[in-house]
Amino acid sequence: MSTFDLEKRIELARGFIGALPHAQALGMEFVSMALAEAVLRVPYHPQLVGDPETGVMHGGVITTLLDTCCGTAVMLHPTNALVTATMDLRIDYMRAASPGLAVSARAECYHTTRNVGFVRATAFEAEDESAVVATASGAFIIDRATEGAA
Amino acid sequence: MARPKPEPVQVIKKRRDAALRQLVGAVPYIGFLGVTFERRGDELTGILAYDEKNIGNPLLPALHGGVTGAFLEITAITELAWSMIWERIESGGEEAERLEAGGMVSLPRTIDFTVDYLRSGLPRDAYARARITRSGRRYASVQVEGWQDNRDKPFIQATGHFMMPRFDRG
Repeated sequence: MSTFDLEKRIELARGFIGALPHAQALGMEFVSMALAEAVLRVPYHPQLVGDPETGVMHGGVITTLLDTCCGTAVMLHPTNALVTATMDLRIDYMRAASPGLAVSARAECYHTTRNVGFVRATAFEAEDESAVVATASGAFIIDRATEGAA
Repeated sequence: MARPKPEPVQVIKKRRDAALRQLVGAVPYIGFLGVTFERRGDELTGILAYDEKNIGNPLLPALHGGVTGAFLEITAITELAWSMIWERIESGGEEAERLEAGGMVSLPRTIDFTVDYLRSGLPRDAYARARITRSGRRYASVQVEGWQDNRDKPFIQATGHFMMPRFDRG
């Protein structure tokens, strides 16, 4: 049986996400990680604007942030996934993020089955979790190490 | 009644291509991802050129799911905005002149977007086409499909709802 060591997992997740070329391209930052939960952030950058009329960041940036954050939450779940891949992600946009502010996301993997992790997430402005920009829910495929292996 | 002589094809093409270039060029994030559009008549195909910075998992390697999802959202919004522009340019008049002179349209805003990841994105170019399944005054529904080597094997599909800008806002 493999055992779950949260500290090690967090270290692993940090290393893994830090190595994602596109997360680097967006300047994605770690905010916090806990059991089955992750908070990540993307700073505002003019390159990421989706609506030139308003200067609001493109929804695609929020999609990437939420997707990465949800995947991380699955990795931090004690189900001990080896790898995870997004199967389905739904995003609801509550309102546009204010131009100039970073967008953060908090994701929680609230249930897993043998092969699937279910995640919900919220994207909000900077550090204000009450300034909700978008909510998301997703299903992630879980790959495990060969049975019996550590 | 004699039909007015049609405009030379080059004139029409130039006008349409310029309008598309302007729409796509105005959005910084489209350039950031390296997305371009090809036009056949009013039909658009989005192209996500392969770029190392769009990789998610470097071990596989695979395109980041966020990038491919964003690519479909860009394709959906561009398709919607293009359908608005097309209608206005083709119907002529002051609005057509304003657009031809470099005027912009307000972009539709995403209400919700659901992405279905069918296969992992290979480290090469990807293509996408969107279909507007409902085009109302207030909101529109759009389906988008993305593929890579094989048109019959989409690697990603999505559906979304978009709030349409009010015409009087431009």
